[in-house]
Amino acid sequence: MFGFYIVLAIFLILAILLLIFRVSRLVNVVKGSEEKVSSGSNNINAVLMILFMVSFFGLMAWYSWTNFDAYDPPVASEHGIVTDRLFWRTMWITFIVFVLTHILLFIFAFKYRYKANRRADFFPHNNNLEIIWTVVPAIVLTWLVISGWMAWSDITKAAPDESEQIEIMGYQFAWSLRYGGMDNEVGDYDYRLIDAVNSHGQDFSDRAGFDDFQNQNLVIPKGRPVLLKIRARDVLHSVFIPHMRLKMDAVPGMPTQFWFVANKTTEEMRVEEGNPDFDYELACTEVCGRGHFSMKKTVIVLEQAEYDKWKAEQKSWLSKNPDYMSQVPENLKELAVVTAGINE
Amino acid sequence: MATAAAHIDAHAHDDHDHEHHETFITKYIFSIDHKTIAKQFLITGILWAVIGAAMSAIFRLQLGFPTSSMEWLRPLLGRWIGADGALDPNFYLALVTMHGTIMVFFVLTAGLSGTFSNFLIPLQIGARDMASGFMNMLSYWFFFLSSVIMFTSLFIETGPASGGWVVYPPLSALPQAMPGSGLGMTLWLVAMVFFIVSSLLGGINYITTIINLRTKGMTFSRLPLTIWAFFLTAVIGVLSFPVLFAAALLLVFDRSFGTSFYLSEIYIGGEALPNVGGSPILYQHLFWFLGHPEVYIVLLPALGITSEIIATNSRKPIFGYKAMIISMLGITVLSFVVWAHHMFVSGLSPFLGSIFMFLTLIIAIPSAVKVFNYLTTLWKGNIIFTPAMLFSIGLVSVFISGGITGIFLGNSAIDIQLHDTYFVVAHFHLVMGAASSFGLLAGVYHWFPKMFGRMLDRKLGYIHFWLTFVGLYAVFFPMHYIGIAGFPRRYYSFTGFDAFSGFTDLNMFISIAAILTFFGQFIFLFNFFYSIFRGRKATANPWNSNTLEWTTPINPGHGNWPGEIPTVYRWPYDYSKPGAEEDFIPQTVPFSETLDSNLPHENDLVKIEKQERAREVVVDETTSH
Repeated sequence: MFGFYIVLAIFLILAILLLIFRVSRLVNVVKGSEEKVSSGSNNINAVLMILFMVSFFGLMAWYSWTNFDAYDPPVASEHGIVTDRLFWRTMWITFIVFVLTHILLFIFAFKYRYKANRRADFFPHNNNLEIIWTVVPAIVLTWLVISGWMAWSDITKAAPDESEQIEIMGYQFAWSLRYGGMDNEVGDYDYRLIDAVNSHGQDFSDRAGFDDFQNQNLVIPKGRPVLLKIRARDVLHSVFIPHMRLKMDAVPGMPTQFWFVANKTTEEMRVEEGNPDFDYELACTEVCGRGHFSMKKTVIVLEQAEYDKWKAEQKSWLSKNPDYMSQVPENLKELAVVTAGINE
Repeated sequence: MATAAAHIDAHAHDDHDHEHHETFITKYIFSIDHKTIAKQFLITGILWAVIGAAMSAIFRLQLGFPTSSMEWLRPLLGRWIGADGALDPNFYLALVTMHGTIMVFFVLTAGLSGTFSNFLIPLQIGARDMASGFMNMLSYWFFFLSSVIMFTSLFIETGPASGGWVVYPPLSALPQAMPGSGLGMTLWLVAMVFFIVSSLLGGINYITTIINLRTKGMTFSRLPLTIWAFFLTAVIGVLSFPVLFAAALLLVFDRSFGTSFYLSEIYIGGEALPNVGGSPILYQHLFWFLGHPEVYIVLLPALGITSEIIATNSRKPIFGYKAMIISMLGITVLSFVVWAHHMFVSGLSPFLGSIFMFLTLIIAIPSAVKVFNYLTTLWKGNIIFTPAMLFSIGLVSVFISGGITGIFLGNSAIDIQLHDTYFVVAHFHLVMGAASSFGLLAGVYHWFPKMFGRMLDRKLGYIHFWLTFVGLYAVFFPMHYIGIAGFPRRYYSFTGFDAFSGFTDLNMFISIAAILTFFGQFIFLFNFFYSIFRGRKATANPWNSNTLEWTTPINPGHGNWPGEIPTVYRWPYDYSKPGAEEDFIPQTVPFSETLDSNLPHENDLVKIEKQERAREVVVDETTSH
C-alpha cells in the first residue's frame, strides 16, 4: 500500500510539473517573450552568476577553515614534510589562480550581460596580452616542476645501506611481511615454492633467508631509514601509508621498493593527536578485487632502542617451521640451524 | 566530385522524399546522411549516459549510506543484493568499472565526437556530406554493435568487467581473481574492439572530409574553432586508438591463448601459474598511450563547441583565434608524451617519472592560454545567456577548477600521496567528465534547432543548467577534501580504517547531491524528446551566428544546401564589427558588401574577390554554351 502511495505521489507531482510547464509556455507565447533576443531571464541568469560565485567561495572558505584538521592528516615521515610543503605551496598558487579567474569569469558574465543599446567590443587579439599569459604560467610552472623534481629525486634515490629491510607482499586480500632478520637482508624467493605455509615462497638455498622472520604488524624504527621491498603474489596491489605520504604499487613479477624515514613514533602521535587509540595504517590503493577495501595492516613506529629489543625477541620463520629444513641444501644445513636459532 | 555533388543537388531538394526512393530504413536506420548519423550517435549516447549516471547513483548510495538496506533495489539488481540487503562488493566494482567505461567511451567519445563531428563538419565547412557516407554509416553501426555487446555484459551471471575502467592485468586477465574477469571481461574486450573500429572509421572520415571537402574560400584559417577541434580530436584518435587495440589484443592472448605478455610469477587460487617474463607495466604503458590522449579526445570537441558558443553569445570575436589553434595543436602533440604521469608510483623508473613530470606540466600552459582567451572573449561582450551559453560558461569554470588540480597530480612528488585517492576522482570528473558533458549539453542546446528544426525550451534549459552546475560542484568539490585526507578510490566501504573513518557526513552530502543531479537530468531528457516533436519552430538563424550551417534551410535535406554550396569570404568571428549594420556578418558575406566595416587589409581582399568573380562568370558562360 505504501508503495502505491509513493507511485501515486510521484505521478501527481509529475502531472503538476507538466501543467506548470504548459501554462508558462502558453504565457510566454502570448507575451511573445520567446521571440526576443534576450528576455528578463537574461538578467536573472547574470545575477545568479554572482550569487553562485559568492556562495561557492563562501562555502569553500568556511569548510576549508573549520574542517582543516579533518582533511589534513598529520605527517609522520621525513620526505612527507617535503611533499606536504610542495603540496601547500602549489595549493596557494593554484588557489590564487582559481579565485582570480573565477572572479573574472562571473563578474564579466554579470557586468557584460546583454543590453539592447550596447555593442560588444571588437577585440580579436592582442599579442602583448597573449605573450604575458603564456610566459607567466610557464615561469611559475617551471618553478613548481623544478622543486617537485628535486624532491622526487631525493625520495627515489637508492636507499641508504643501513636501511632496515622489510619485504611486504600483497595478495588477495591481505599483506604479509618478512623481515631481513639479524643480517638485515631478506632472502631470495621463488613463486613456485609458495605453499599454504611458506606464503612468501622463500627459497631456502639462499642463506640470507635463514634468519628472516615474519610478523603480523609492520613494526618499524623511528629515525632510521626503512626499505620496503614490495611485491605481489597474484594481482596488482599498492602499498599506501597515508601518514607517511608513501605509496608504491606491488607488481607480480616485478619487485618494487620505497624507502623512508618515520619521524614520529606511534606513542608520540597518540599524544599529539590526543587519541590514545591512534594507529598508523597501511592500505591498498590499486583495485585488486572483492576485498580491495579491507587490506589493512597496522603500522607501529617504535623508538630505535625499543625496536632493537623487539627485533631481538623475534624468532626466525625457519625455527617456527622446522619442516622446511628439508628444503635447505645439505651443505647449508648446519649454518641454517645456527642462524635460524633452531634448538635441537 | 563536382558531378557527384551536382547529382545530389538535383535530387535532394525535390519536395517529396519518395521520389528518390528513400524508405524508412534507408532514411532513419541505415542512413548515410551525416545529420541522421549524428542524431543516431546523440540518442545512443544519451541512452548510455542515463545508464552510466544511474550506475553512479547506485554506488553513491553505497558510499553515502553504507549501512542502509538496498533491499528495494532487488527487483532491478537481483542477486547482486546479498541476503543481508547489502550491495555485493564485486558488483560495486562492476558498477564503478562500467560507469567509467560507459562515460568515457560510449558517452563522451562516441556521444560527443560522434554527434558533433558528424553533424557539424559538413555543415560548417560547406560540404554535401562526409567524404564517405558509407564508412560513416559503418562507424555508427559498429558503435551500435559494440554497445549491444557491452550492454549484454551487464546481464550475465558473473557480472560485467569489474577491474576498473583501465582493466589492468593481471586482475583482468585471471578469471580466478574476480568473477568479472570471466565472460564479462571477454565481452568488454570484444565490445572495445568494435568500438575502436567505429572510432577509426569515424576519425578517418572526419580528417578526410575536413582536408578535402571544404567549400570555396574556406581556408584552414577561416575554419570555425569547432572544426579545428574535431580535426585534431580525430587525429589524436586515429593515432592512439590502434594502440589500445594492441593492448586489448595482447590481453586477449594472455587470457585465452596462454601467452605471458602481462603475466609473470603469479600464485593464485592455490597454484603457481606457468607464466613468466611478462610485465603488467607494459599493459599500463599501452593503455595510457591511448588513455591519456583519450582525455583530450573527449575534451577538445567540448572546447571547440564552447569557443563557438561563447563567441556567438558574447557577440564578440573569439579572442586569440590563432592562439586557440596553436594551443590546441600544442595540446594535441603533448597529449602523446605525457601518458606515464598516470604511472608515477606503478614501479616506473623514477627517471622516466621526472621526464613525464616536466612534459605534463608543459601541457598546463596551452590550457591556461585557452582559459584566458575565453575570459577575454567575455570581457566587454554583450552576453546573451542562452542555455548553451550558460553551459559554456560552466565549462570554463569546471575546466579551471579541474585543471588546476592537475598541477598537483602532474607533480610526481605530490602525486605519491594523492595518486588513486578521491583527489584524482575530483580532478578528472571536473576537468574531463563535467567539462566534456557541459560541452556536449551546450552543443545540444545550441544546435538543436539545426538538428530538429525546433527549439528547446529555454526556461527548462536554465533550470537544467543551474541544477547541473550547482549539483556537479556539490558532488565533486567536496571530494578534494576527502582525497587530501587520503581516502582511496574504488573502496566499497571505509569503515575498516581509522584513517578513513571520517567524512561520513560529507560522503552522505555528496551522494544526495549526486542523486539529485541525476534526477535533474530528466528535465533535459523531457525537454529534448518533447521539443523534437512539440518544440517551438526554429528560425533560420536563431542565434544570429556567422557560421555556414545557419545558411541551410531550417530542415536541411540530404546534401544540405539546395542549389550551390555557398562560398566563404571571411573568418567566422566577425561579431560586433565596428561600422557594420548588424552585430554579425556571416561567413558568406563578401568583403565588397561590407566596405564600411572592413579592416585595412580586408579592403585589399575586395579586389581579389572581384577578380575571382569575374573569372567565374567567364567560366560559367563558356560552359553553358
